[in-house]
Amino acid sequence: MVTGMRALDRKLMRDLWRMRGQVIAVAVVVASGAALLVMALSAHTSLSVTAEAYYERYRFAHVFAGVERAPERLAASIADIPGVQTVETRVVAFATIELAGVLEPISAQLVSLPPSGEPLLNRLALKAGRLPDPHSRDEAVVLEHFVEGNGLKLGDEIGVLMNGAKRQVRVVGVGLSPEFIYAVAPGGLTPDEKRFGVIWMGREALEAAYDLDGAFNDVSLALLRGTDPEGVVQRLDPMLERYGGTGAVARADHPSNWFLMNELEQLRTMATILPTIFLAVAAFLTNSVLARLIALERPEISLMKAFGYSNLQVGTHYAKLALAMAALGVLIGWGIGAALGRVNTALYADFFRFPFLYYRPSGAEFAISAAVGLGAALLGALGSVRSAVILPPAEAMRPPAPANFRANSLDGALTARLDSPTRIILRQIARAPFRAAQTVIGVALSVAVLVLAMQWTGVIETILDSQFSKSQRQHATLGFHEPIAYDGRFALERLPGVLAVEPVRVASADLRVGPRVHRGAITGLPPDAKLQVIHDVRGWYLPGARGGLVIATKLAEKLNVEVGDTISVEALDGTHSRFDLPVAALHETYIEMPAYLDIAVLNRELGDPPVFEMANLLLDPAEERAFYEAIKEIPGLSAVIIKQRSVEKMREEIGDMIWIFTSFFVMFSAALAYGVVYNAVRVALSERGRDLATLRVLGFTRWEISYILLGEAALLALIALPLGCLAGAGLVYVMAGSFDTELYRIPFTIRPGAYGQAMLIALTASAASAVFARRRIDNLDLIAVLKTRE
Amino acid sequence: MPAETEEQASIDPAAVLSARGLTKVYGAGASEVRALRGVDLDFAAGELAVLLGPSGSGKSTLLNILGGLDSPTEGDVLFHGESVTAYSERALTLYRRERVGFVFQFYNLIASLTAEENVALVTEISKNPLKPAEALELVGLGARTHHFPAELSGGEQQRVAIARAIAKRPEVLLCDEPTGALDSKTGVVVLEAIERVNRELGAVTVVITHNASIAAMAHRVIHMADGRISATELNETRLAPAEITW
Ligand SMILES: Nc1ncnc2c1ncn2[C@@H]1O[C@H](COP(=O)(O)OP(=O)(O)OP(=O)(O)O)[C@@H](O)[C@H]1O
Ligand SMILES: [Mg+2]
Repeated sequence: MVTGMRALDRKLMRDLWRMRGQVIAVAVVVASGAALLVMALSAHTSLSVTAEAYYERYRFAHVFAGVERAPERLAASIADIPGVQTVETRVVAFATIELAGVLEPISAQLVSLPPSGEPLLNRLALKAGRLPDPHSRDEAVVLEHFVEGNGLKLGDEIGVLMNGAKRQVRVVGVGLSPEFIYAVAPGGLTPDEKRFGVIWMGREALEAAYDLDGAFNDVSLALLRGTDPEGVVQRLDPMLERYGGTGAVARADHPSNWFLMNELEQLRTMATILPTIFLAVAAFLTNSVLARLIALERPEISLMKAFGYSNLQVGTHYAKLALAMAALGVLIGWGIGAALGRVNTALYADFFRFPFLYYRPSGAEFAISAAVGLGAALLGALGSVRSAVILPPAEAMRPPAPANFRANSLDGALTARLDSPTRIILRQIARAPFRAAQTVIGVALSVAVLVLAMQWTGVIETILDSQFSKSQRQHATLGFHEPIAYDGRFALERLPGVLAVEPVRVASADLRVGPRVHRGAITGLPPDAKLQVIHDVRGWYLPGARGGLVIATKLAEKLNVEVGDTISVEALDGTHSRFDLPVAALHETYIEMPAYLDIAVLNRELGDPPVFEMANLLLDPAEERAFYEAIKEIPGLSAVIIKQRSVEKMREEIGDMIWIFTSFFVMFSAALAYGVVYNAVRVALSERGRDLATLRVLGFTRWEISYILLGEAALLALIALPLGCLAGAGLVYVMAGSFDTELYRIPFTIRPGAYGQAMLIALTASAASAVFARRRIDNLDLIAVLKTRE
Repeated sequence: MPAETEEQASIDPAAVLSARGLTKVYGAGASEVRALRGVDLDFAAGELAVLLGPSGSGKSTLLNILGGLDSPTEGDVLFHGESVTAYSERALTLYRRERVGFVFQFYNLIASLTAEENVALVTEISKNPLKPAEALELVGLGARTHHFPAELSGGEQQRVAIARAIAKRPEVLLCDEPTGALDSKTGVVVLEAIERVNRELGAVTVVITHNASIAAMAHRVIHMADGRISATELNETRLAPAEITW
């Protein structure tokens, strides 16, 4: 059956079969690395391709800008900006929603559809129903997330509080839009399909409701291919300024796209760091398997050379063996990676609700994983193959120099009071420290990856705690369309269930220092605020912002300012007031880059009387229901954020993803620990089979000799645990660093429990493989071993 | 002069170790090998027996079965009248641990342990052992206790193996070609060690050899051929190992 195969290749196949346990151990680790790589890269490519196609097909705009009110004719001037291909104006507003049977407040973004029906840009992917009649005032297309989240169906009615007037709107269509892949309520952090929706209605209806006849308050631009969006933004801003432009943003800064891209970026990070770890370990394993095989086959090697096989042929033979092990792993990895990649892509696509999904691995991920998988094996094989190649034929005929142990002073003191089996273990480790180190590193890396996987929940809790417990203590936040005079707070205080009210004002603004600009917002708080306080995540509170701006350190970095420096502010509202403010203090945050200011100062600088646009409320939980009822009647309410709901939503949303990734990681890391320990035990058994048989002859029991064999693996694993925790902390640190974005930073924290769980899983996997490898001890042929020379 | 001393099935009350009708069959069918075809033997306390015979005659097989390393296909090994063959795996291990010392052609020392530690390996797990140093003294290696196997000559390594085998004060010492890998001068030193141990500890000692001249040091010489005892002779006068040359 193997005729036609050259003799060496036949030997190769037999070697592979004979060493199948170890071959599989190496293959499993290579497969883990390759699978991770294929999974992450194919998901990344597929999602990028899908998003790109989605944007293309539904004409996601390149530049977005809001204004207070601009005349329609301005659109023509905007279209004259060089590079602009299409201009579309809209009316966009925030409103509160009433749904039958839903107590908690719901908010929505209202977006106008052009009289022609189908928008030119940011088109709708209709999933059901139809577009509204352009002249109808009560027909709407509703975002699919929201429809499903609230169990709505075509024909249902929604109460929309538009600019103080309540209108019943009928759902005639269900749709998706590239603009709302990630649909987040203003002030929210994660999408909440139950409490925030997007509603598309005819332009006429919205113009009428918001007094914008012949005018628009939102404009989207598509650019000609190759046009720099930043250049367009810079020309657009001055044109919009006197109409209350709130600052244009390019697609890259559009929140929905930004979130999406950020998510894709994380996949890329995962595709680089983690496979590298697995493949490095695979290189170690290949090295030790081959080194042992070559040590055993010295006579065969010399024989081959005596028969006239060249060094190249001998070297190639062993290199092929390494490649075969890796190739097996790569193949398995491809299969698993492609399957997981598909699952992963589908999960993301579901999360982002793409209207279609291309699972389109580019092929590159397979090529890359094969190249690095085989490369790692070759690299690992290099040292041992070299030793086979340089072996002179005559030398090889002799057995390898006997294991040369020599006493040293340290040894004497250390081993004097140990029993012999323990002494054997320690001396073996001391004699082959490199190999012991490989085992330690392998298990440690497995622990490290597990620590990384296990600490995510801790990270999320830390962020949530800092954001929602330490910094924001209110129960609810109300947002209003128009600024409300200070006195308005008394009316809020009188609402049922309201225990305390604190005014907040958030003003969109460009913060400028020299050439550096940040397009963000300033949050005005009373200096004695107790509901929303300025918390530094390093563990302290800052007093209210009395002397100037209290900004996030991340913002200070971006603007390159220190305490005492001055920031030029340009408000992005109708006034476009410009004023300078000193930096009073810095504080470290995990989320966004807030800039706090005394609300009184903010009002004064904006040229306003004492007003607020948002209010933080402390509620009496017993009167929650009455409170929800009461706010439905408040005119001008644009948003209601219930903190508890946001926290839960965030936990749920992120929790699901984390759970899936954690399972992947646990699986792969366990495979890693398994492969490393199994291989270590098998190599030890191969080397020490004779010793162990001798001990059996001397009257040692199976368990006693198992101790010698497994004790070494156990000791190395135990050494690896703390090192792995340390490496895990390092990995978390690197990961935390790579997630340092303007939107959020990941704290470098690790729950003690994460270490415990990681060590437990790695130990379990190690123990399982040790037990598996141990079965060989029972089959030890005592007599055969004793008959032969070493 | 060779006196036939076959006593079928009657147990010599003075015998420490007896074989009764031992047969050993390896494999089955066409590839069946009958390594032992009914061996009966009794060894008295303090006896030194030499086992001679052509290659493949079943010497090692017999020795391994006597020492509890292997089990017979049929027949029994009796130790002080008690059947070793009926022992459980655990009891066999104990039998080897407490009662039997083995010496092999290849010394099978643990490379990572010094001479003394190799001996201590056994003294740590047996009930009434010699001190490792004493055992090494007995084989004339008192000065080399802290050397690792790689630092010892073949003869020295074999003597360490003997010291390791006798340190438990075994009642049975089984040596399979102990001088097989040694030159005659070194071999004599090793044989002296075996002879001394036999004399001073009184262990039943069975030595397998291909070297007929070694038979001169035995109380009894057992000839094996084709899986059977072909002849047994008692030496009326024994030679000291030093007087043996080959
Ligand atoms: N594990 C085994 N499987 C099959 N046959 C075996 C096995 N062990 C020994 N034999 C056979 O049993 C017979 C007796 O072997 P044994 O090793 O006892 O011979 P011996 O007298 O010790 O020979 P030598 O002097 O060469 O060491 C031989 O024919 C041998 O081939
Ligand atoms: Mg033999």
